[in-house]
Amino acid sequence: MAQNTDNILSPENVVYRKPKLMNDVQMHYCPGCSHGVVHKLVAEVIEEMGLEEKSVGVSPVGCAVFAYRYIDIDWQEAAHGRAPAVATAIKRLWPDRLVFTYQGDGDLACIGTAESVHALNRGENITIIFINNAIYGMTGGQMAPTTLVGQKTSTCPYGRQPELHGYPLKITEMAAMLEGTCYVTRQSVETVGAVSKAKKAIRKAFEASMAGKGSSLVEIVSTCNSGWKLTPSQANKWMTENMFKFYPKGDLKDTTGEK
Amino acid sequence: MGKIKGAIVVDTVRCKGCSLCVEACPQDVIMLAKKVNVHGYPYVEAVKEDACIGCASCGIVCPDGCIIVYRKKMED
Repeated sequence: MAQNTDNILSPENVVYRKPKLMNDVQMHYCPGCSHGVVHKLVAEVIEEMGLEEKSVGVSPVGCAVFAYRYIDIDWQEAAHGRAPAVATAIKRLWPDRLVFTYQGDGDLACIGTAESVHALNRGENITIIFINNAIYGMTGGQMAPTTLVGQKTSTCPYGRQPELHGYPLKITEMAAMLEGTCYVTRQSVETVGAVSKAKKAIRKAFEASMAGKGSSLVEIVSTCNSGWKLTPSQANKWMTENMFKFYPKGDLKDTTGEK
Repeated sequence: MGKIKGAIVVDTVRCKGCSLCVEACPQDVIMLAKKVNVHGYPYVEAVKEDACIGCASCGIVCPDGCIIVYRKKMED
């Protein structure tokens, strides 16, 4: 059997490998973190669109702060929550570039709510990739605005109570109501099928940005197994059972087909 | 009749042993090894190599991009 395997292992038989735009540097993310999959999708879509030399990403504060180390395109690091404002400036000065932000829920849905909502409402031709894991991952699993009711975190150890902590914030639903957005969708990356749908969504958003149709928001419902204190596979199960009830997947707005 | 054969190569230094590929594999080819890599993470390896069909499910769900998937139509 060994000779058979040797026969297969030649470059023309490769059906899947890490995209070329992904650097070989070891990623700092925890084992099983959804960030890695979304990074791969972003890199794959940029490669497929041939925009390797024409893409500018804006990285957030949070776990994805080091995104610039992992994807070999131009990056700009923004102050906490201010990525859409920085992206606005880059896109206006450099209209032929693909400009996108990559933000977590602490960055986008908490400190950067104003910047995000206003950038989307102005209809800036940027894409916002929003990783929603319902927790502050980087700082140790504190409650975020997106934390589910009843979900336990280090700062709400008895579970989130609406009368004390308020209700989870559905940024994507808010974005879908704004005139400036052209494509608003919610996806996830826990299975092969979901990854493929998420990739199509990112591609559609990037194409809409390049065509100048308005702003796009792609929310990826993600896991934070370290913050949730679960194994990667348990975290995927927990997400499927709990997160999708409150954050249903699918396109919320799509006017990219219109003029 | 030609048979589809697959094979995977795991970057064992990059692998963090999250085991998402083990769950994604429809053929149960992959298992977590009892050994650890230089970073102290257990890594995955193909144990039932003959069963691999090269569907690339493992590669697609791998957050760290550790798996290269090969597929070939065998002319027995």
